[in-house]
Amino acid sequence: MNNPENLLYADSHEWLRVEKNEAVIGITDYAQHALGDITFVDMPQVGDEFTKGQEMGAIESVKAASDIYMPLACKVIAVNEDLDTNPELINTDPYGKGWILRVSFENAPEGLLSSQEYTAKYPE
Amino acid sequence: MSHLLTPLNAWHHSQNAKMASFAEWDMPIQYEGILAEHTHTRTAASIFDICHMGQIIIKGNGVKNRLSAAVSHNLETLPVGKCRYGFILTEEGTVMDDIIIYCMGEDHFFLVVNAACASNDFQTLAKRVGAEYVEDISARSGKIDLQGPKSLEVLKRVFSQDFHDLKYFSFTTINYKGVEIIVSRTGYTGELGYELYFPRDFALQLWEDLAADESVKPAGLGARDTLRLESGLSLYGHELDEKHTPAESGLIKMLTSEADYVGKEKASQVPSDVLLALKFEGRRTVRNGDIMVRASGSDEVIGVATSGSFAPSLGYAIAFAFVKKEFQDQNEFIFKSGRNELVAQKVDLPFFKEGTCRIKLN
Repeated sequence: MNNPENLLYADSHEWLRVEKNEAVIGITDYAQHALGDITFVDMPQVGDEFTKGQEMGAIESVKAASDIYMPLACKVIAVNEDLDTNPELINTDPYGKGWILRVSFENAPEGLLSSQEYTAKYPE
Repeated sequence: MSHLLTPLNAWHHSQNAKMASFAEWDMPIQYEGILAEHTHTRTAASIFDICHMGQIIIKGNGVKNRLSAAVSHNLETLPVGKCRYGFILTEEGTVMDDIIIYCMGEDHFFLVVNAACASNDFQTLAKRVGAEYVEDISARSGKIDLQGPKSLEVLKRVFSQDFHDLKYFSFTTINYKGVEIIVSRTGYTGELGYELYFPRDFALQLWEDLAADESVKPAGLGARDTLRLESGLSLYGHELDEKHTPAESGLIKMLTSEADYVGKEKASQVPSDVLLALKFEGRRTVRNGDIMVRASGSDEVIGVATSGSFAPSLGYAIAFAFVKKEFQDQNEFIFKSGRNELVAQKVDLPFFKEGTCRIKLN
């Protein structure tokens, strides 16, 4: 499984790409694979604020529905509107076109896993 | 817990299928992916391992009358070579199982029953019909479903035989590689297709011969469920159960038998609930067990979802739900699903209307 080196990972299977005081968030390849074909993504709205670990949305696949959690305290500044019509982008490109949202934060994220740590913990 | 295994279990694992427990069986949910398998079934042909289902033979002198008193099927009008859908009912007229009965000959019937219900069905039938007439052949027989618009040409290539003349809910017995196979033009996907019955130790050979055909791919129980739901077909334990009569589940038209069968009088009554076919605006769906409330924000429960899914061939979400009968004429139905409320509208069955199952072939 190829989990990019430049991302941080949460045990709840979200990934995070930090860019200064902003971050792009999605779910991992491991998570999309476990969910199967994704049919709907329930995303928060721009401007919503979250604490770390708070439930921020849900992802539905043909067979399951799974909550997604915010890996850091932050404010939503953009959501991936392509997912409204093409939620399968999360299956085909979980680290690229399947990104879910962009957030801004004041305190840098902590307690997250590196690519190596995440891959070792969730090998397939 | 150790699972029951079909003769194709090792094959599924060798293909890295995603496996799950279904009625105590270790079954393939998906191989390539539910959406891909769903679409392939609607456009080409798929094979499904259905060896977990129960198979029962009932035969002996005078058994037609005995069986007619035990099940809802009208056996008087069922000729040899045809099969029919119906129910084993409780004394209260509720559904113990939904089954297909094949008329193999005078006083000779073949029954296909749900895996989870098989042992209870067998005991019930032995009691109602007479144990000496009833034989459970599940352990020595297998079942593979070939489903999809290209099924007919697949059968022709694999069996070197033409099945154009075989009509919907008809069957024939063939000999293939020295083995007797029942070919039945029936299925659970809404598409043209065939259900194949054969000795269990022939399953892998037959599966591999079918899988080698250019049009055929394997499909799992995940796609089987989205296909049957789009086609408006009930699943036992969801739309049918011992709490509801066939009339409550919208299947009163199946009750044509004039025999005095167990549960007959109450089967056509609607004591409490009505099954609704529902569609949602978008892709978001309800799941089995999600509750329906009387109005937005209300906590008054008036119904429950029995099946729900994004419908791949329609592009929106659909569901079945039981609603208390006094609320059945509402225009909109509101569900609580997690933190959200979802609004559904009543639609006619089947949800997906382009299925090829009834297509005239000659």
